[in-house]
Amino acid sequence: MHELAVTESVLDIACKHAQKAQATKVTDIYLVIGRLSSIVDDSIEFYWNIISKDTICEEAQLHFNRVPAKLVCQECAHEYILEGDLTACQNCQSVNIRVLSGDEFHLESIEIQR
Amino acid sequence: MTQNRIKIVENILNANDHLANENRRRLSQHDIFSINLMASPGSGKTSFILATIKALIADAYQIGVIEGDTAPVTIDSDKINAAGMPAVQINTGGECHLDAVMVENALNQLPLDALDLVIVENVGNLICPAAWQLGTHSNILIASVPEGDDKPYKYPNIYRGLDVLIINKIDLLPYIDFDMDYFRRGVEILNPGLRSFPVSCTTGEGIDDWFHWLKAKLS
Ligand SMILES: Nc1nc2c(ncn2[C@@H]2O[C@H](COP(=O)(O)OP(=O)(O)OP(=O)(O)O)[C@@H](O)[C@H]2O)c(=O)[nH]1
Ligand SMILES: [Mg+2]
Ligand SMILES: [Zn+2]
Repeated sequence: MHELAVTESVLDIACKHAQKAQATKVTDIYLVIGRLSSIVDDSIEFYWNIISKDTICEEAQLHFNRVPAKLVCQECAHEYILEGDLTACQNCQSVNIRVLSGDEFHLESIEIQR
Repeated sequence: MTQNRIKIVENILNANDHLANENRRRLSQHDIFSINLMASPGSGKTSFILATIKALIADAYQIGVIEGDTAPVTIDSDKINAAGMPAVQINTGGECHLDAVMVENALNQLPLDALDLVIVENVGNLICPAAWQLGTHSNILIASVPEGDDKPYKYPNIYRGLDVLIINKIDLLPYIDFDMDYFRRGVEILNPGLRSFPVSCTTGEGIDDWFHWLKAKLS
């Protein structure tokens, strides 16, 4: 999708917080990304290596915590993890479903040196 | 030298969301209702905007349109101008979606004091626009019959953030294998109770119902 724009946002946020903490170097960046967001880790890594050059985040390692998409049926309370295609409730076939997790899309923390 | 872990927990698109909120405040201050219109290429976004302008023009409403395209073309904005309304063309330079910054710039070029409604025609794409808030009051998707009845299952994210769904090109239903029940079941899982309007921009069928919904928002 729009991995370049996303990677730029990650860099902005990481640099902002690193400067605030008076870091000399950022070594690791921890991202939490739900399965429902169509983001490809490999392309983020690809852009990251290019755009982080000559910044405080250069060579920082990206870590992806992929949160599974968890759904709950509102009719029978059955909970299930979405693996592939979207389906109705696997227990009672109801379409009255709520998403419990999988939407996550944030920068959780950074590891810095100072 | 010390090594420290710093907790941040910031939404990755926070900066965009923040600016989107600014856009929304600005539009509300001008008493403008605004729509982010998303869809696949060719689903009828421009046709739908033109049909909406035609329906509203009799009541002297003023409508500003922001046209997003990935290339420097003015085909769509020329059509809006020809219908008598101001339009701003945004060339995203290949980017697959509009973002709040682009919309802010476009708003600077519209006569906001004179407008009642702003419609943003997003870039034709079912994936990326879903993630980028623009600051409009209403997120609307046009799904058109020829695209097929499986789109909610293949592009779930875009359906989840919707306020209204337009099902366009219903004049083609007799010619196309489109299972409306299957389609609606997918929509229901993703967005329970979503308001939807089946329309044909070609024949005008269903446009009245949409028009009534919109007019209630404008008054
Ligand atoms: N049969 C039929 N054709 C339609 C309808 N609405 C739009 N079309 C046709 O669909 C084609 C695409 O319409 P546009 O309005 O340009 O679609 P768009 O989504 O703005 O396209 P892009 O901006 O290029 O992504 C045109 O040939 C329209 O005449 C409809 O309700 N029925
Ligand atoms: Mg168009
Ligand atoms: Zn169930």
